[in-house]
Amino acid sequence: MVRKGTFVTTLLAVLAFSGQVFAATGMKLEPAGNDVDNIVSLQRGARNFMNYCSGCHSARYVRFNSVARGLGLSEDQVIENLMFNAEKTFETIHASMPAEDAARWFGQAPPDLSLMSRARGTDYIYNFLKGFYLDPDSPTGVDNLVLAGTSMPHVLWELQGYQRAVFAEDGQQGMVFEHFEPFSAGSLSAEEFDTFVRDTVNFMEYIAEPVRSTRRKLGVWVLMFLTVFLVISSMLKKQIWKDVS
Amino acid sequence: MARIESEIGTPKGGFMKWIDDRFPFTETMKAHATEYYASKNFNIWYVFGVLAMVVLVIQLVTGIFLTMNYKPSSAEAFASVEYIMRDVEWGWLIRYMHSTGASFFFIIVYLHMFRAMLYGSYKRPRELIWIIGMLIFFVLMAEAFAGYLLPWGQMSYWGAQVIISLFGAIPFVGETLVEYIRGDYSISDITLNRFFALHVVALPLALIALVFVHIVALHHVGSNNPDGIEIKYHKGLDGIPLDGVAFHPYHTAKDLVYIIAFLMVFSFVMFFAPEMGGYFLEHANFEPANTMATPEHIAPVWYFTPFYAILRAVPNKLWGAILMAAAVLLPLFLPWLDRCRVKSIRYRGWIYKTALGTFAISFLVLGWLGVQPAEGKYVLMARAFSVLYFAFFLLMPYYTAIDKTKAVPDRVVYHG
Repeated sequence: MVRKGTFVTTLLAVLAFSGQVFAATGMKLEPAGNDVDNIVSLQRGARNFMNYCSGCHSARYVRFNSVARGLGLSEDQVIENLMFNAEKTFETIHASMPAEDAARWFGQAPPDLSLMSRARGTDYIYNFLKGFYLDPDSPTGVDNLVLAGTSMPHVLWELQGYQRAVFAEDGQQGMVFEHFEPFSAGSLSAEEFDTFVRDTVNFMEYIAEPVRSTRRKLGVWVLMFLTVFLVISSMLKKQIWKDVS
Repeated sequence: MARIESEIGTPKGGFMKWIDDRFPFTETMKAHATEYYASKNFNIWYVFGVLAMVVLVIQLVTGIFLTMNYKPSSAEAFASVEYIMRDVEWGWLIRYMHSTGASFFFIIVYLHMFRAMLYGSYKRPRELIWIIGMLIFFVLMAEAFAGYLLPWGQMSYWGAQVIISLFGAIPFVGETLVEYIRGDYSISDITLNRFFALHVVALPLALIALVFVHIVALHHVGSNNPDGIEIKYHKGLDGIPLDGVAFHPYHTAKDLVYIIAFLMVFSFVMFFAPEMGGYFLEHANFEPANTMATPEHIAPVWYFTPFYAILRAVPNKLWGAILMAAAVLLPLFLPWLDRCRVKSIRYRGWIYKTALGTFAISFLVLGWLGVQPAEGKYVLMARAFSVLYFAFFLLMPYYTAIDKTKAVPDRVVYHG
């Protein structure tokens, strides 16, 4: 006999398989721990992003006025504090550095950051921004633990300072990363720097999908409506099937 | 005058009569809804047909609105999708409905097909319904494949590159054929344009036509049921099948409950996990197509991964492509591969039950293997489960012939 049990078992089997998420390649990433519903963190992140990232990186799908709306800022506040190279609030975030020059200087133009957090994940960016270490063989003087051979220099050196990576000898795999040790201090303490990076990553998660909070709020209403509708429709079904024996 | 009145009826009789004299409206409604009788013991497996219709409508309607704002050009496609997500009023909702709908379409169609295998719905006299259904599945695969190129992300581009290049494995004509499909020496703006045409015009037309024919054939022979018994052999004095109830209002009322329950699951995914952990919207597809940089891990969307795993299980490209095509085509022959006279799994023997269970597990495991890297134990597993997948179909004429069946009751089992 095939009953509802078969269906439920099938569903469970499907769910069990879909629970498998893509295995992260290579190293273990420290969780970013950001909260995209934290407006204050997002505002700090916007400040960080405009001051430290937007010089070289664009966010070409992100408009200043939509950032203002999403982050609870007035347009004047945005014009005063965030718009360094734009005239109108409906403009999108453009990099100050011309792309052709960037490509000549760094080998490739810095990627657009609008969707970086959806493409690579917040943990990836968090660890990337914290993962620069001194490497005398690199043209920028640093390499990155997450993205080896990156052409991005250590932009946040003033804040974090420089660090060295300590690798341990592993018989099978060669050199394995063990930990970072500080080389020179930056203007922020380690905790302050973590918060700085977390806020920045938070803002990047926000701009990757500005509609996120709207969609979640709307989703609750839609599900509540459907629940009521479900009750009514099952009552209707019972009523209509009353005479079927 | 008198002659004309006798032909089209007297002016009296109201609006419906006026219509019915000119178009078989009432007659059609009766034949396909209010007097179309289907078994009263349908279980939850019987809901996926109507759910597939619901998703088809969702895809068509959201697709129209997406087309209004999407730009099928390699320079603008990716940006136009983000424009829809950020600047178009409710564009994000329309886009998420469409992307979530694509995955749910396959979930539903796979369950719908599995239902047919559980209850022998492909067997005489429903062979044509099954074949038309398989054609719908093929068109749906093409539709999904063409649609996946349109956002012009990294995975759109490289996924299409990998799959189209498979045709290159065909001896002699392969390379020419690949160029013919792409319209260029690599995937380009030209490819994007023709895939757009296929995705929004040609394939949806084929899909709608086939769905129509699927339902006409179904209503001609009547629906199967979980007992696999023809209800039309037991009719009352009024000519109505004793175990049947009218599609409307009985089945429509029941379907409505399931449709709403389905929409709740659908909404839950769409509003709270539209990426579905990278399965419904792949992470790499949030980077614009880059012809110079191959993503380190190319995997098709989840609904193609069982077949992709079979492709990769074979070391030879041509044979891999042939076996993948065979895996997709084989179910077409089920009505003749299955030699058991009993339709429903309720009354079939342990051999078929085991075979079907093994097949279902193989399909799921192959789907999982399709997103794993093609190396080491994964390739060995893919080979083992590919063998099981093919064994289900190729050995079917033997094991269904010797399987012991139970006695099939005269009337359907219904507990009220």
